[in-house]
This record gives sequence, C-alpha cells and structure tokens, in this order.
Amino acid sequence: MSTTAATATPEAAQLARRRLHARRKRRNVVALTLALAAMAFGIFWLVWILVETVRLGIGGMSLSLFTEMTPAPQAETGGLANAIFGSLAMVTMATLLGTPIGILAGIYLAEYGQRGWLGHTTRFINDILLSAPSIVIGLFIYSVVVARAKSFSGWAGVLALALIVIPVVIRTTENMLALIPNALREAAYALGTPKWRVISTVTLRAARAGVITGVLLAFARIAGETAPLLFTALSNQFWTSDMSQPMASLPVTIFKFAMSPYENWQKLAWAGVFLITLGVLILNIVARTFFRNRT
Amino acid sequence: MAATLPASAYLREEGKIRSDMKDRPPVARRVSPWADVVFSALAHGAAWLTLALLAGILVSLVIGAAPAIRAYGLSFLWTSEWDPVQNRYGGLVMIYGTLMTSLIALVIAVPVSFGIALFLTELSPLWLKRPLGTAIELLAAVPSIVYGMWGLLVFSPILSRFVQQPLQSVFKGVPVLGSLFSGPPVGIGLLSAGIILAIMVIPFIASVMRDVFDVTPPMLKESAYALGSTTWEVVWKVVLPYTKTGVVGGIMLGLGRALGETMAVTFVIGNFNQLNSLSLFEAANSITSALANEFGEAAPGLHQASLIYLGLVLFLITFIVLSISKLLLQRLKRREGRVA
Amino acid sequence: MDARVDPAVAMKPKLAVRDLNFYYGGFQALKNITLDIPEKKVTSFIGPSGCGKSTLLRTFNRMYELYPEQRAEGEIVMDGSNLLTSKDDISLIRAKIGMVFQKPTPFPMSIYDNIAFGVKLFESLPRVEMDERVEWALRKAALWDEVKDKLSQSGAGLSGGQQQRLCIARGIAIRPEVILLDEPCSALDPISTGKIEELIHELKADYTVVIVTHNMQQAARCSDFTAYMYLGDLIEFGRTNDVFMRPRKKDTEDYITGRFG
Repeated sequence: MSTTAATATPEAAQLARRRLHARRKRRNVVALTLALAAMAFGIFWLVWILVETVRLGIGGMSLSLFTEMTPAPQAETGGLANAIFGSLAMVTMATLLGTPIGILAGIYLAEYGQRGWLGHTTRFINDILLSAPSIVIGLFIYSVVVARAKSFSGWAGVLALALIVIPVVIRTTENMLALIPNALREAAYALGTPKWRVISTVTLRAARAGVITGVLLAFARIAGETAPLLFTALSNQFWTSDMSQPMASLPVTIFKFAMSPYENWQKLAWAGVFLITLGVLILNIVARTFFRNRT
Repeated sequence: MAATLPASAYLREEGKIRSDMKDRPPVARRVSPWADVVFSALAHGAAWLTLALLAGILVSLVIGAAPAIRAYGLSFLWTSEWDPVQNRYGGLVMIYGTLMTSLIALVIAVPVSFGIALFLTELSPLWLKRPLGTAIELLAAVPSIVYGMWGLLVFSPILSRFVQQPLQSVFKGVPVLGSLFSGPPVGIGLLSAGIILAIMVIPFIASVMRDVFDVTPPMLKESAYALGSTTWEVVWKVVLPYTKTGVVGGIMLGLGRALGETMAVTFVIGNFNQLNSLSLFEAANSITSALANEFGEAAPGLHQASLIYLGLVLFLITFIVLSISKLLLQRLKRREGRVA
Repeated sequence: MDARVDPAVAMKPKLAVRDLNFYYGGFQALKNITLDIPEKKVTSFIGPSGCGKSTLLRTFNRMYELYPEQRAEGEIVMDGSNLLTSKDDISLIRAKIGMVFQKPTPFPMSIYDNIAFGVKLFESLPRVEMDERVEWALRKAALWDEVKDKLSQSGAGLSGGQQQRLCIARGIAIRPEVILLDEPCSALDPISTGKIEELIHELKADYTVVIVTHNMQQAARCSDFTAYMYLGDLIEFGRTNDVFMRPRKKDTEDYITGRFG
C-alpha cells in the first residue's frame, strides 16, 4: 500500500494521529457532558413545576374544598365540590363510553384487519385522531350536539372526552394484542375454538394487563383535558348532577379562576391544579406499576 | 370450559369406555356460528365508526366554517386583520403564532430530547435508568392546564427578569436579532409560549428516541466500538442513522402535540391579534388560544365561522404534518428494504 | 490449567493470557485460563455451548467493558503490557485488535463509508489515499472485484457472505495486529463459508487470527492451533493436528468424536 509524499515523515504522521485522537476524545467528553446537562435540564423543569404546584396549592387544601361550591369573586368561603364532581362524572362516563369502542376497534386492527384496506385506513385515521388538537374535537361536538340542542351539557362534554379516549385505547389495545405470540392463538384454534372465543378468552386475556393500563392512562389523560370541555360542558357555578345541564369541571374552572384578578379565585385555582396533578400522577404511577407487575 | 371428570372415574370405566369409544360415532357438537358473526361485526363496526368519526369531524368543520370560507376563500390565510367589531377576519396572526411557537418548541426540544435519550441509553448507571426514565415520562402526564398556570404565574416573571430583559439589552440595535428581542419583556408572547411548549413536548420526543436507541442491535454498536470508536461516535454515526425512522416519527409526534396544544399556550401567549414585528416578546395569538378565548362569546355568524375556519386550518396542518411523517417513514423503510 | 504451547515448537506469543478469570455478576464464566496465542497463526477456540469461548475472545479487546456487570481479572499481555490494566485509551487498544461478529453488521452507510469509518477515526487521509486504503482493504478481504462498481451503494445491499467480508475489510482497514472472529460463518451458507475460510488462510500471513467456532470441522480446516474449552476451563491446547488426532485428554477426545456436545 503506497503512501504519497504528503505525510511522508513518520513523526508528522504520528503527530497528526495524536492530534486527531485528542480532538476525538474532547468531542466525546463535550457531547457526553451536554447529554448529562440535557437530562438535568429535563429533570429541573419537572421538579420546579411539581414543587411550585405543591407549594402554592397545598395551602388551599381543606375539607371545604370538597364540600363547598365554587364561590363568587372575592367571596370569603368556597370550594370546588361541583367542579370535582363534574370532572369525576364526565371523565368516568367518557371512559366507560369510549373503552368498549376502542377495545373493539383495537381487536379489529390486531385480529381481523392486519392486511386489507380497511385495517390500513383505520390505522392511519386513528393516528390522525390521536394527534388531532383536542380543541378541534370540542368544536366538532359543539357543532353536532350543542348547536343542535341549543344548550351546553354534561353529555356533550362526555362525548368530547370519549372521542379522545377512543384513539388512545385503540392504539394501546392493538399494540398489546400484537405482542401476543401467534403460537398462543394457534394452540387455541387447534383445540377447535371459534375465532371469537380465541380472541375474547385467550388473546385478550393474555394482553389484559396492557389493555387495562392503556385504559387507566387514557383516564388520566382526559382528567386533565380542558379544551374539549370549553364549548361542550361549559361550566356551572352551582352544583348539578344533571348531565343535560352545563357542568363544572376542574380544568375549566381552573382556567376561569386563574386568568382572573381575584385572589380567592386564584387560590382555589392553585388548589385545583394541585389536586389534578396529584390525581394524574398517582394514576400514572399506579398504572405503570400494575403493568410492570403483571407482565 | 368443560369440566373434567376425576381421574379415578376414567380408571374404573376404562374397559367400558374403550369399547364405547370404538362403537359410538362422534356426536356432532352444537356450534353457534352466529356468535362469530356478531363478534366480527362488532369489531368491524368499531373500525368503521372510527372512519365515520374522522369524516364527521371534517364535514362539520367545513360546514361550520362555510360562511367564512365563502367570504374570504384562501386569502384568510394571509390576511392579518381580525376585527370583531367591523366583522372582518383574517387568520394570519393566529397561524403565524401557531407555527412560530411550535418551531421554537422544536428547536429547543429536539436537541434536549436527543441528549436525554443519549444519557439514558449510554451514560446512565443501571440503577438510575428506570427512575429517570419514569420521571421524564411523568413530565408528559402533567396536564397542560398545570403548565399553563405555572407558566403564567411562576415562569413568566422569571423569564422576564432573567432572560428577556438581558437579551433585550444585549441585542439592542442589532439587525434582525434586535427586532426578534424587541417588545415589552414581561414574560408573555411567542417566546414564553414556545419555551413552555418545548418542556411539554420533550418527554414525548425523548421517550421515542430512547425506545428506538434501546432496540438497536448490540452487535451493531459493538462493531463500532471494536473499531475503536468513542461513545459519542457510536451514537452519532451508527445508532442515529440506524434509528432515523423512529427518531423522525418521534419528532413528528412532538410537533403534532405542540401544534394542537391549547391551555399551555393560551395562558402565556398574550391573546393579542396583531402582527407588528418579528418580535418574540410581543403579545401574540395562536389558533388554539384564539379559539379558547373567543369562541365562547362569539356570536353565530362570521365571527364564529371564522373561528371554525381557523380550527379547520389547524386540523389540516396537523393532518399534513402527520402525512408527511408517514410518507417519510415509508420512504426510509422502503429504501432500507429494497437495498436489503 | 497450564496449557502453554510446548517449548519444542516455541512461537513468539502475540497474546499471553495468564490466570484469567471472568465473571458475569456472581457467575464465574472463565476459570484461571492460561494460554499463549501464537503470532501470525490461526488459533481456534472450540467447545460446546456455554463453555466460555466467546467470553474469552471478548476479553481480548475488552468488549465486556460495555456491560457493567461483567468483569475480568488476570493478565493478557500484548507487546509487553497487560491489556486489562493498561492506561492506554481503550479505543487505541481496540484499533490494534479487530473483531468480526456472528452476524454481519454493516453500518447504515455506503460500502465506501463502511470501510472508511474506522480509518477516519485515527487518520485524516486525503481523498486519494483513502480511496487506496479502501481498495486495499477490500482486496485483502477478497471483495474488491464484486463491489468495485458499487462503492457508493449501501452495505446492506450485499449478500450475507459479502457483508461478512465487508466487515472483515472494515476491520482490516485500520491495520490491526490481531483479528478476532466470533463464529463468523454461523449465519452464512456453505459457499460463503468456504470463501471466508480461504480468506482466513490468507490473512494469517499478516495478522494473528483467533477464531471461535462451534463447528469442529471448520477448526480442523482453518486453524494452526486449537484450544478446547468446557464450562469455563481450558481443557486442552496445542497444534490442531495434535488436538484432533492425538488428544491428550479424554474429555477432548469425547467432544471431538462427538460422544457429547
């Protein structure tokens, strides 16, 4: 192998090699330090947000939060009872409504529609729905339900939230079912089990932990959603358990109170933020631990 | 599930059973074929429902926006005048705000997410990997309204004092950069919204990057190490090209999230429908914050229709971003596939 | 077990392994291995699955260091210094000891860039010299004629056997002194295997080659020296002909004649 005269002297070549090597080592150290800094950066924000939420919200925690209704501006007392109830009611209903549809569609994608245009298209559409802005979902329900009925209602809110649950559950169900090895299905078929039974009692059961986790995470996700409720359930100063009336919810109430200049409202808003964050984080951790222990 | 007889029953009856088995023809089992049909119909129906949903959303948005589409056509996209009093509307301010905040968010989030993924896969000691990974994922679980409120009441004063004011004094008079940092440095505006969006989006992109880095075949990385590469070189020159499909997907996911985010942006963007300068500090508006603030009180008519038109535009932007990413992914996969 | 090459045929050892112990966490995978790898010869490690032959190979270029629960104790002396405790930068050590893996691992880049990858790490060559080096490496790996017209195409477009030769060329391009081959033919068809075995035969003129193989016949065909290992112990080491025709230990004979494995 020939070497041209350019790097003829062995000393020059050695020096060049050493300098290149030093440069590489430097670049490596710089890059890895930056990676560490990025990690610290990410953790920093999480810690700061959580600390502030706790600091500013925990002061507002009291029994009255759960027993009293949302007050007028600058009132002496007040709580978030109607908002908390509204949130719980709507989120639960939406999950109950959206989960079966999501699981069925997920079953379709994983067990019936692996090829063919319907499966392909549904998967693509699901991706679109999954990343659709939630405020647009609210607009849709507004046009279809609220404008028709000429009133805001809890049901409209439930529908909007359900539309967010469905794509999430579809995605997790399909992914979890796809992980189940075909050998399991074939063993069931070999015994003469009809397809619907294979799916419901073998495959779905095997993927049970993952599917439940997906539902829990969807629940946590919509618990914190504000935008879809803005023009569907609107809000309500008073207590109502009538879903056909506008309903208060924690996120919308927080939105209204936080943007206001009234101190009692702001304090309640922080308490609400603390509650939601606590609830959502606990749900997330529970869901993940559950999943990890069951698989 | 059929119950089974106790083993002793078999043993006792063995002789009898054997002769029975030989003589008796197999009994036809009662199968219910319709159960399969019903189940399959339900599953197919759910899939169709998803399609119908998308169609419904598009149709209802178009119908709702029809008055505005008729009145303005495509010029809506580049007109900036938004005047509810005079009933004249143009979406440029909001569209610009949405795109700009998402751009700022990505510019910050992509390198940071890459750094986090690099740390989690190559640098972190084993015992730290799971807790740190979970911590990053918890950032994604925090509801956007929390980001919004924290952003307005905690973050923006600090941003104003420690970032915006110094930036403004440093770049005063400098062309381009100076005008970027002009405007009242009170902590709201495109920059604030962009930064908060970045923090929201980092966990999404970082998780996807970390997942695809993790499934890189160890043999591939070892081959690079065996040649004498440093850790950085292995990740930058081998792992990243190998995982580019997933990385692009993750970035697109983050972009989609940033484009559609409402609450975090609404709190800090300023909700001001003017586009006077390049300034990142001026109050601005995005599609989502305009909707959140104005739709509740908008009278049915051109105002409401214009807002819905904005919603339609946003939906289409998200749709386009998603389609581009899918096309890109398909092209990358096909190129690798054909060659392999 | 002390299994140095018998002094009557003393070759200068390129790698001198002394009392090497290796642990995966609490499990000891290599027990007091002592042997000499002769210079510019082909040495093969054989033995049933789990005997530690790949583990031993991977200690030579300290590949185990990528995994925190793995550790090695003992000595591997090359050119006068112990590789395991050397203060030299690990990437410089690895540049002297090349490795080819069980499955071909072309990098996601063109054939040219695959070869140039390692070279660029250590030398900044002008384009003309880099071209020469790439051609030289590909010729050495008996791949030049098959790829000279498609150097800019992706390495993933080659057949399995060609990809493996590409990986060998990539390892050669940085001009190592030792080449480690970890079951290089296990994923290849017989014809490609034959080509690689021919290549190994040529490589030993310039490099010390160590090959791990689960295929005894391959060891018998390709190597000059053979080490038989079992459950982390080095049972026997010597010239290939001796080990296969006149094994000294019964365990070796049992394995070679297929009585177990």
